[in-house]
Amino acid sequence: MTESLLSVRDPLLSVRDLRVSYQVGRNFVHAVDGASFDVPKGSITGLVGESGCGKTTIARALTRVMADNASISGGQILFDGKDLAKIPEREMNALRWRDIAFVPQSAMNSLDPVYTVEYQLGEVLRRRGGLDRRQARARCEELFEMVGIDPGRLTDYPHQFSGGMRQRVAIALALALNPKLIIADEPVTALDVIVQRQILDQLKELQERLGLSVILVTHDISVVAYICDRTVVMYAGKVAESGTMQATLTAPSHPYSMGLRNAFPDLQSAAAGILTPIEGAPPNLANPPAGCRFKQRCPFALDLCGAEPPVIEVAPGHPVLCHRAKESAALRIDAARTETWMASA
Amino acid sequence: MNMMMGKATRKTEVLISIHEARLHYAVGGAFAAMRGKSTVVKAVDGVTFDIRRSESVGLLGESGCGKTSMGRLLLKLEDTTDGTIHFDGEELTKIQRKRLKEFRTRAQLIFQNPFDAVNPRFTIRQTLSEPLENAGIKRSEREARIIAALELVRLPEPAQFLDRYPHQLSGGQLQRVVMARALILQPEFVVADEPVSMLDVSVRAGVLNVFRDVRDRLGLTAIYISHDLALVRYVCERTIVMYLGRIMEDGPTEDIVHQPLHPYTKALVAAVPVPNPDQSHDPLPIGRGAPDPRNPPSGCVFRDRCPQAFERCAAEVPQPRPVGTRSVACHLF
Repeated sequence: MTESLLSVRDPLLSVRDLRVSYQVGRNFVHAVDGASFDVPKGSITGLVGESGCGKTTIARALTRVMADNASISGGQILFDGKDLAKIPEREMNALRWRDIAFVPQSAMNSLDPVYTVEYQLGEVLRRRGGLDRRQARARCEELFEMVGIDPGRLTDYPHQFSGGMRQRVAIALALALNPKLIIADEPVTALDVIVQRQILDQLKELQERLGLSVILVTHDISVVAYICDRTVVMYAGKVAESGTMQATLTAPSHPYSMGLRNAFPDLQSAAAGILTPIEGAPPNLANPPAGCRFKQRCPFALDLCGAEPPVIEVAPGHPVLCHRAKESAALRIDAARTETWMASA
Repeated sequence: MNMMMGKATRKTEVLISIHEARLHYAVGGAFAAMRGKSTVVKAVDGVTFDIRRSESVGLLGESGCGKTSMGRLLLKLEDTTDGTIHFDGEELTKIQRKRLKEFRTRAQLIFQNPFDAVNPRFTIRQTLSEPLENAGIKRSEREARIIAALELVRLPEPAQFLDRYPHQLSGGQLQRVVMARALILQPEFVVADEPVSMLDVSVRAGVLNVFRDVRDRLGLTAIYISHDLALVRYVCERTIVMYLGRIMEDGPTEDIVHQPLHPYTKALVAAVPVPNPDQSHDPLPIGRGAPDPRNPPSGCVFRDRCPQAFERCAAEVPQPRPVGTRSVACHLF
């Protein structure tokens, strides 16, 4: 993918042709297979896709905190003039917390149950931030206020917090050293709708106030519609399309994104309507099919889809990985009809 | 397929009648008691409603609201601490052993996580044979029943799945098997507890469509437990909103979606994200905090988060009152 296709000016992070593979026995599973996208400064980018599409693998590769059997096998992660895919571990470690912080899906798993929350926050502030005990205490209180928790609860243990509060603590941890980029992996997935909304509001408010950039990994396009500025849609280890949130959701141009839109219930619509599934399942990445990876589930697949699909820009800054991307306006009309998706089953 | 059809659908007839049902769990033990902490969680606390034959009712609420406990009571997986539940005229706590076996075929549960709901060492054939065996169905009839059940949940070419193991199926396929197992004894009543929450969005719609279709074809009475109003709306004509063990609002789903009455329902409706970027969002009409089942507030259990609470809410538990098509438990009505 060339630079001109991703017309984000002055991005904070540029991912170029990133490949990440897992070694399973003697085989390699290419969980991310040539992903390119940009994350602009001061925005929220939604990384969307189903389980196994590679979105969490990318999120982890960006911080280089990966599973033992995972490795970056190609491509670049350009951040602040450095290629995070190549810099030595020591240099990478210096960036973690200070420049790039991670909010995991299950906050309970990221907090140690036997230490108070203050101890854990303080540890990051003292060891990584170089603050002394008194400064750390003041910063802890400040951070708790920022995420909307009573600083009086700093001395509590993780189990004394509700799920939503723990997620707030995880966000406070990520903010501890004023990073430029926060990567949040499904931060609200396990939460109830009301708490989910409150956490998203908090995240948005902090992002705007602190001028942060956020990568939000999610499977839920309604979360993307609510909070994100940009969308990167992933399917089977590849970026299917990316662009502004508005463009990718109102004019989805990859058939997969079109199908995803039909499968989501919309509470604000006048009637419940009919939800249309995408029949079938994503391909096995240990042995991916040749050509387009969505072709078996795609109602618009042609013979030419057996060949590797090109990246086509349907509008400036809206690249789409599809042979038929130029016809996307017409395909969208067909894709809105349930029968279109029944036929492919 | 014929054998699975033909249940009489008499929509007016009450199948299940719940009266002042309570389910209290003892928690905390001796240490909590010594420190003067409450040792009882009132998971279900005085719930009254009727379910008519062939009705689909959504039980909606956040975690800890008692929706799953309510489902367990309806299936007699728990007995009520107080109050009564009548299933087809029979009180569930008084049901006798022999009749209990019959009840267990008439009422079924569809599990949340399909991967946890089946034995990984059983083939699909074994998984589906087990309930038939328990019900005393002859070996010679079982295969046909299994195929019919898999066809019912629209698993294409069911015969090819019979000798496979759960890990060889996708989440969507396995959830259909779980559904087939619940339906294979031709129950009248099913409780589905968040049946699609573990599935990917692109396959979720397929499972929901099968659920709707099967329910209509068999005239099933169904309870659908979820925290997601958008999903409840898709499968249920009626919704019951629960909060800390009590019913806040009960009425036709479309009315609740378009014009929620109870302040809690209003917050729930406002909180559901929609996949439409042009949708404007009002600030959430609810206070911070989370419901604490161990320490519910006096009076109305929602009052500490309610933006419209007034003195009476602390003093008096609001009783459900009819408001148009609905029943609402709130002092504002």
